Amino acid sequence: MFRIPCPYCGPRDATEFRHQGESRNRPDPRTVTRGQWRAYLYEKDNVAGWTRENWYHGVGCRRFISVERNTVTNETRPAAAAAGAVDPVLPGAEAGAPDADSTRR
Amino acid sequence: MTARYSALSLLSRGLRGRNWPLVWRRHELAPTYDAVIIGAGVHGLAAAYYLAVNHGIRNVAVLDRSYLGGGGSGRNTAIIRSNYLTPEGVRFYDRSVKLYETLASELNFNVMFSQRGHLTLAHNDSSLRTMRWRAEVNKLQGVDSEVIGPDEIKSLVPYMDVSAQTRYPILGALYHPPGGIIRHDAVNWGYARGADARGVQIHEYTEVVGIDVEEGRVRGVQTSRGHISTPVVLNCTAGWSSLVSRLAGVRLPISTHPLQAAVTEPVKVFLNTVVVSGTLHVYVSQTDRGELVFGASTDPYPSYSTRGSLEFTEELAGHVLELMPSIAALRVLRQWAGLCDMTPDFSPIMGETPVEGFLVDVGWGTYGFKAGPVAGEAMAELVATGKTPDLISSFPLSRFADGRLVGEKGAAAVGH
Repeated sequence: MFRIPCPYCGPRDATEFRHQGESRNRPDPRTVTRGQWRAYLYEKDNVAGWTRENWYHGVGCRRFISVERNTVTNETRPAAAAAGAVDPVLPGAEAGAPDADSTRR
Repeated sequence: MTARYSALSLLSRGLRGRNWPLVWRRHELAPTYDAVIIGAGVHGLAAAYYLAVNHGIRNVAVLDRSYLGGGGSGRNTAIIRSNYLTPEGVRFYDRSVKLYETLASELNFNVMFSQRGHLTLAHNDSSLRTMRWRAEVNKLQGVDSEVIGPDEIKSLVPYMDVSAQTRYPILGALYHPPGGIIRHDAVNWGYARGADARGVQIHEYTEVVGIDVEEGRVRGVQTSRGHISTPVVLNCTAGWSSLVSRLAGVRLPISTHPLQAAVTEPVKVFLNTVVVSGTLHVYVSQTDRGELVFGASTDPYPSYSTRGSLEFTEELAGHVLELMPSIAALRVLRQWAGLCDMTPDFSPIMGETPVEGFLVDVGWGTYGFKAGPVAGEAMAELVATGKTPDLISSFPLSRFADGRLVGEKGAAAVGH
């Protein structure tokens, strides 16, 4: 088992979290083509190595957080601040540029 | 040609105790093959075998970056069944069971297939309804399945707690008599031996590092041991299938999740059926050696790590004891993990891709081993004839773009 660095609670066991998927750019639903939308839905990067993903801290602060994890070794580290990600972002939203649709929800 | 195995030949070699022939040979890499298969597991080896046997295509290389049968084909819990939910799925897996039934004599290799029956327990009304649904779909396709009650379950598995005093009382089960277990390594080795005897070259420790694509067509593969020219590349990998496909520029709708399993110390045989509980996320069978083999649901996040976790053993033990309290004193001998390529609809992906000559037999999730023979047979037919066999025509890669998913979640997995 491994630990996940929650920006609100500190490092906690991964069993406290639920995996929400890779951090990806959601295409605009108003202009997207069906092919683009299905590619967004289904075609994961499925990286073997360091990747950025969203987790939900269900047994802690109940917030959605962004974390980097090495999928081969399950090492984790806080999502790189270099991308401007001060606040954790909702799934599907780009780091540092919260998606208008998903924040309104 | 490989010498046939018989009781007499095994006895005489056993007594002499040396000069056992290699079951498959080693080769130098040739510059050209008619087809290259990536992945020397049950799918790749079966495809190579049926290419040679059914279609006479023998100039074939099977490449694997590690040893033969070391991926999912050697890490699964060796359960064979065909009691799926969709008609497409039932027909497909039924063909696989039929092939498994005659595999030992066909390969001249004892694969130890034991059709001891398969029970899928229902602990609530909705799963009982799904069991009824599956039983009717199965019967319509000519597959033996029926819903049975707690009394019949108790007579099949006397050690099971079917009382109402448990947290999740057992209301019934889907009973599938043709289901059972098999020696998975023997299947891999048998196919390898059969393919090798017909001229197929098996190259272990040969990693594919690139796939040459020109003008939308496959031209060859680059490996850690040199370059190969070939018009056909068949991706039969698990775990890394999305990464191998990306070498050819093909993206797959796959997430890779580890699936853990464990085995106990051997005890006298007391469990004569395979027992599965979706609610409790567990499946149990007892091998001929007497070990209990446990499997569970996939880890709840994608990963390429095959390390076991304590959480898994703890949860597994709790769930197994819920079913069979009397085995509480049994000790777990070892645990391991294999990598499962999960697709959005819990059905595999077989057939052509946007790159001509690059074929896939991937996305086998947690149910790949039981499909090895039929997938190999169908993919061999596709390679040889260029036409997708009817049996696999519902499972193309294009179904995700077309919105024609084949939902097997209810029958293919526990606890997802």
